[in-house]
Amino acid sequence: MNREDVKQSDMQKSKVGLDFEQVAHARGVARRIAQQVQDFVEGYTTVAVERTICRFLGIDGVDENEVPMPNVVVDELKSKGQLGNGAMFFIGNAMVETGKSPQEIADAISQGTLDITRLSIHPEAEIEAALRPVIGQTIERVRSNRLRRERYIATLGEGKRPYLYIIVATGNIYEDVVQAQAGARQGADIIAVIRTTGQSLLDYVPYGATTEGFGGTYATQENFRIMRKALDEVGEEVGRYIRLCNYCSGLCMPEIAAMGALEGLDVMLNDALYGILFRDINMQRTLIDQYFSRIINGFAGVIINTGEDNYLTTADAFEEAHTVLASDFINEQLALMAGLPEEQQGLGHAFEMDPALENGFLYELAQAQMLREIFPNAPLKYMPPTKFMTGNIFRGHIQDALFNIIGQWTHQGLQLLGMPTEAIHTPFMSDRYLSIENAKYIFGNMKDIGEEVEFREGGIIRQRAQKVLGDATRLLEEMESEGLFSALEKGIFANVKRPRNGGKGLDGVTLKGEHYRNPFVELMKGKK
Amino acid sequence: MSEGLYSMEAKDYDKTLDLTKIKPYGDTMNDGKVQLSFTLPVPAGAEAEEAAKQLLRKMGLENPLVVYQKELTAGFCFMNCYGSLTHTVDYTTIHVPKVESTTMEMKECDEYIKEHIGRQIVCVGASTGTDAHTVGIDAIMNMKGYAGHYGLERYDMIDAYNLGSQVPNEEFIAKAIELKADALLVSQTVTQKDVHIKNMTELVEMLEAEGLRDKIILVCGGPRISHELAKELGYDAGFGANTYADDVASYIAQEMVARGKR
Repeated sequence: MNREDVKQSDMQKSKVGLDFEQVAHARGVARRIAQQVQDFVEGYTTVAVERTICRFLGIDGVDENEVPMPNVVVDELKSKGQLGNGAMFFIGNAMVETGKSPQEIADAISQGTLDITRLSIHPEAEIEAALRPVIGQTIERVRSNRLRRERYIATLGEGKRPYLYIIVATGNIYEDVVQAQAGARQGADIIAVIRTTGQSLLDYVPYGATTEGFGGTYATQENFRIMRKALDEVGEEVGRYIRLCNYCSGLCMPEIAAMGALEGLDVMLNDALYGILFRDINMQRTLIDQYFSRIINGFAGVIINTGEDNYLTTADAFEEAHTVLASDFINEQLALMAGLPEEQQGLGHAFEMDPALENGFLYELAQAQMLREIFPNAPLKYMPPTKFMTGNIFRGHIQDALFNIIGQWTHQGLQLLGMPTEAIHTPFMSDRYLSIENAKYIFGNMKDIGEEVEFREGGIIRQRAQKVLGDATRLLEEMESEGLFSALEKGIFANVKRPRNGGKGLDGVTLKGEHYRNPFVELMKGKK
Repeated sequence: MSEGLYSMEAKDYDKTLDLTKIKPYGDTMNDGKVQLSFTLPVPAGAEAEEAAKQLLRKMGLENPLVVYQKELTAGFCFMNCYGSLTHTVDYTTIHVPKVESTTMEMKECDEYIKEHIGRQIVCVGASTGTDAHTVGIDAIMNMKGYAGHYGLERYDMIDAYNLGSQVPNEEFIAKAIELKADALLVSQTVTQKDVHIKNMTELVEMLEAEGLRDKIILVCGGPRISHELAKELGYDAGFGANTYADDVASYIAQEMVARGKR
């Protein structure tokens, strides 16, 4: 079946009575909203994008003050007022001039023996020729990681969807390995290494293996490598490919995407709006950064997760459900514009209604089914209850069970398992065991319920789904006339208001200059 | 596994409640029943069960019972256990420092402020330091509130500003000065390795350095925060789990009146 056929057949059997013409209309509105953003984004670059290019050119390591070399190079360009012409041009030009490798050039900049902004400018063809082999190596490395994953899945196999997604968060990468391998043996399909509190606001990526973190572990390339190796080992042992997830958000969004692509990560949190709303990162900065990060994730075959679930921890899950759908539509379109296919779009939503709400389960079920039908090819990311987890672990376990029922029923893609001890501590090994057991029991015991049960015409479930779609469509229409930037200024998502020129990281944004080049966009966007 | 289970033996302990010697209650007064679950770093088996029982006895639990065990991964055994506690405590001599205020509902609180203060109280709240969690401060401040308790933004007589998460202490104080805050609300959710203590202490020191500490009401909250801890760190009050916006609003209003602030 091609995509049109899938849509056609879904259209005939919407279980919640969705009007697919309305869905197509809403999607079209979202596309135009995203296009406005895209028109802006393409004219700019950021310090994070340029550091990413440095990493892709093989520049790594830290100087004697622990400053990562990509920062050394990009800070140099910025201080010389040359950020707009980009790292690729200056490094390429310096390669022609000096015959050195990008890493050697970075070292020379660090030692103060080379000013790459003051070299004579060589012909474009020579610069390109110097860069070509380095760029080719990176493309090959990322591609081989993708093939490696595909080969593993073909030979070892993988878990059934919804994938069981658990987190580890000890702060120590070596302890994380123990927890992650135990989780995989218990049945987890995806291991996410939670980042340490505050990493999203660092304008650099720390270096090397780390053993100290608060509420999580630093995302570093070495930590990625250590965990990748551990999951490959345990995957071979349990006969199932185990996916590795990290966080491609904050001020280093594209850099983390690059590190993940180089080390074979499989899943990345990568939301276009999350950093703006929840980390007060400047909106221009984040929207520019998300574009390149998604190009990379798309090429690397990484499933991205978007963060709409977070809206509902701040705003009310019942009243604001349509903002989740509206944001999913926008995230979808921005991802497509970056060449990231639907099959890699883990669009987010959550089971966050107040347990005291009468028929809350029915509303949650309606919304999950609605999203499933609106985004039929996306591995939807379904987040567990957190806001109303109280410390009563016994009720919490039941809340998680209701959440798991909907995950199976509506064929969610990634089921982020809730823990009974949510709101108490980062999970114990036994918490993960209990949660995995809960999910596996329900997924098996209720396996085909989605195919067996239909929803009553005019009933609560159908009405709810139709209402949320209607409200989301109206919201998108409003946003189209204002534009995304001003919608964010007005606090449309999560009731959080952010000024266009406020927040962190704006000083790292600049217009592209006349020499600017980034061939990775061309080589990676929409490619395999 | 039958120790104590379905036991027909006479329960030969005193079954009357004595508040000077209380212990846990299962289904009979003074039976001392406790349930525990934990993981031991050893393989599952009879030895693991015996190790658990010995630990339970060391905790003061009689008739230790391991009702379930499961090896989570090689060398880590999870167990559910029961036992009867031998220890008691004297409930009659317990004193816990608490926030000394009467909790009023929103309307009542608004009336109280109108009558006794005669203007809006300015409350500025944030999840400060590196803490990225907004759930706590949102529960207290957002219009909607939490679990049926409306947030401070809905109070007519409170001018509430929620600065969100990861607000550095410097910025928090600058905003407090700009808005002429009467009360500052600090939310701390991440408490691993006591990261919150350092951050909360720093705020107090900075407020003192600015000469502001005595001029404002400083309260903190979070799932791991107690009033006792708050006082220890130099805060006026602390709000832990199961406290809501009305508890906070009532305290601030009454404290303003007690301090003669208008």
